[in-house]
Amino acid sequence: MVAEYGHFALILALALALMQAIIPQIGAFVGNRLWISTVRPLVAAQTLFVLISFGCLIFLFLNDDFSVRYVAENSNTLLPDRYKISAVWGAHEGSLLLWVFILALWSLAVSIFSANLPAHLVARVLAVMGFISAGFYFFLLFTSNPFDRSLPFFPSEGADLNPLLQDVGLIFHPPMLYMGYVGLSVAFSFSIAALLSGDTDSAWARWVRPWTLVSWIFLTLGISLGSWWAYYELGWGGWWFWDPVENASFMPWLVCTALIHSLSATEKRGVFRSWTLLLAIIAFSLSLLGTFLVRSGVLTSVHAFASDPTRGVFILTFLVIVIGGSLLLFALKGPTKNAPSGFSDLSKEMFILINNLLLMSLTVVILLGTLYPLIADVLGWGKISVGPPYFNLFFVPLTLLLAILMPIGSVLRWKRSTTVSLRHYFNGPLVCSIFLGGLFPFFYEGYEPIAAVTVMVALWVIFITLRDVWRKSAQTSRSVLHGLIRLNASYYGMVVAHIGVAICIIGVGLTSAYSVQRDIRMEPGDQVNVAGYQFKFVAIGPFKGPNYIADQAEIAVTRDDSAVAVLYPQKRRYLASGQTMTEASIDSGIFRDLYVALGEPLKGEAWALRVYVKPFVIWIWLGSAFIALGALIALLDRRYRINRRKAVHA
Amino acid sequence: MAGVTQNDKTHMVRLVYRLKLFLPLLIFIIVAVFLVVALGRDPNAMPSALLDRPVPEFSLRVLGDEDRYVGQEIFLGEPSLLNVWATWCFSCRIEHSYLLKLSSQGVRIVGLNYKDNGKKAKNWLLEMKDPYALSIIDNIGRFAMNLGVFGAPETYLIDGMGIIRYKHVGVVDDRIWYDHLLPVWESIK
Repeated sequence: MVAEYGHFALILALALALMQAIIPQIGAFVGNRLWISTVRPLVAAQTLFVLISFGCLIFLFLNDDFSVRYVAENSNTLLPDRYKISAVWGAHEGSLLLWVFILALWSLAVSIFSANLPAHLVARVLAVMGFISAGFYFFLLFTSNPFDRSLPFFPSEGADLNPLLQDVGLIFHPPMLYMGYVGLSVAFSFSIAALLSGDTDSAWARWVRPWTLVSWIFLTLGISLGSWWAYYELGWGGWWFWDPVENASFMPWLVCTALIHSLSATEKRGVFRSWTLLLAIIAFSLSLLGTFLVRSGVLTSVHAFASDPTRGVFILTFLVIVIGGSLLLFALKGPTKNAPSGFSDLSKEMFILINNLLLMSLTVVILLGTLYPLIADVLGWGKISVGPPYFNLFFVPLTLLLAILMPIGSVLRWKRSTTVSLRHYFNGPLVCSIFLGGLFPFFYEGYEPIAAVTVMVALWVIFITLRDVWRKSAQTSRSVLHGLIRLNASYYGMVVAHIGVAICIIGVGLTSAYSVQRDIRMEPGDQVNVAGYQFKFVAIGPFKGPNYIADQAEIAVTRDDSAVAVLYPQKRRYLASGQTMTEASIDSGIFRDLYVALGEPLKGEAWALRVYVKPFVIWIWLGSAFIALGALIALLDRRYRINRRKAVHA
Repeated sequence: MAGVTQNDKTHMVRLVYRLKLFLPLLIFIIVAVFLVVALGRDPNAMPSALLDRPVPEFSLRVLGDEDRYVGQEIFLGEPSLLNVWATWCFSCRIEHSYLLKLSSQGVRIVGLNYKDNGKKAKNWLLEMKDPYALSIIDNIGRFAMNLGVFGAPETYLIDGMGIIRYKHVGVVDDRIWYDHLLPVWESIK
């Protein structure tokens, strides 16, 4: 019965979402207070029912109810409980339910933390979110119902969750990413609400900014978790593959990054108003497009779940209504008048504009690369896809340019800065970073120009950013410490995030330049030297996990005769599906990762092994964590806290 | 007079700006058109070059008779199902009984034992009975790659001239057989 309860709760949630989409919106148009006031109860009720539905699905997984087709296809009695829960969103139907559940949570959050906003605006925002929810409920119920039963003949045992997905990283990666994806719907809904009501002033930007920051934090963490997972789970030692699904998550992140910056300009200077509205629309549109690309099967990818053309048609229709509709609304009602404040070429506004243009160029590059196979197919050029060389060709120079301009923009003043004061400001950091960066590769084996450039750019960012902190805090009359305290959270957030970018750049650049990879045949007792580390294949033996059996090797790593680590890579064979999986073993360190993966068994006791030494690779994720932390700090800014105080009064 | 011109000017500027706001919509429409057209196609479908074309050349050993090499001539003469299977493939186990049923109805099924262990494969057929007229061994997956195989199970309909007529990805069951495969099968018989 639980499946039927879940199904029924989902239908009720759809009905409530439809009411949420229609009643408050009409109320806001005609100014009917009663209708407007229905919005919060409706949101709460919708959230409750989707929560029930989601809970039911978890219950079905935990109780191995294989009469439910979705459970039978993605779970197994031997599966550990934590993976039974993560299996809920391991495939198409369940991940959509998670999507819409998270959308409900965001709606609930908006309805709770918006007490000080005009009632008609809140009604409109939540009505737009209700509309999106309703679309996804329709999609779930008509094309992808997770509660479908396969009666009367159901399997006595489930097919098991894809072994690739049986991993801690995958428990958290999808919810995180979806929190980010779906969170962009808030900025989107605010944008639509603003266009509908015609109030697109700076207050709008101030309301949207914290929501955008929160979803940006989740997006950042979700993407880096995914990349980290790919790194240690896929066994290829790579951390980014320019796979369509990765791209689908990266594009909204880029646009959201642009949005955060342009929001600050709109909030403080009243400029770029229509552009900011547009970015909010594009960011969420790209999330939806990503969902479409993954779910419709128009592109193939390692991530793609079962594809089905009817699903594609449905999502595409929804996409056209939502994106086309909002862009039409933008074209008709977007503001054509900016606040009358000019700015010079050497001003923060100008650099934010350049930042936005670069970020949008990156997005377009990725979008074209992702859609290229599809475009080529439609135009009859054959089945071609573009690979990492294309992406790297555009991505690397554009990103470096972005990074070089980033600290300059962050120290400039609004409206205009003078050239004279700037020249002495940048000279020192410029000389230092070029000198130290150029010197750096000498401490490594082989002079790699890319490593030098990487370190130069990263140091340039760090030096100028820190120097600016020093200058700003030393400006105050009392002590530097007093100055440090006086700087606001949103400034500190920027500093931390920008340093995070520099750390990321170091990670990416140095890993690419200095990673050493060896594919070799080894027997127990064999040794190999990779980048100064001795890898000794000590032994190999059987290992038994809860739902798999494995061959586990023991690899002792030494350097200059002192022990560094012992690694235990596995080759697993999952019992239910019979699929084999490579489980790499990694010793992570600040300056290098040692990475061993078992390849194929060869004759006798010999195995093919993949051994990597990857310098600074962890800096990629460390940098991402800094970026997310920066956004979190910015969120604590007093400007956004005023809202809460007002809320208490009201 | 000057006032009017000034007014017209701002009006024009506003209008041009408004027109610019339509640009994103225009771009989206172009993208959407591509998506609509692309949706009608299936990227998993074999390269269009292969549909209605002969089975790619191969020379592979026969399971259970490893000294014997066969080529595409095995498809000549009568229509066949080419079924991609492996012992590591869970869905193949589900599909197996249905294949037995089809073969008992006189459908000729050629197996393509895909990236598998020969011993296990033979045991599997002993244990669960053998629906295949013969199974060819593709350990490396080279032939399967030329054929456009994504995984197991997959089923191809091949007519008596050795021409590929249809491809199905996934398990064949009653629904798939009657809705998709049988109509093509009838047409090539």
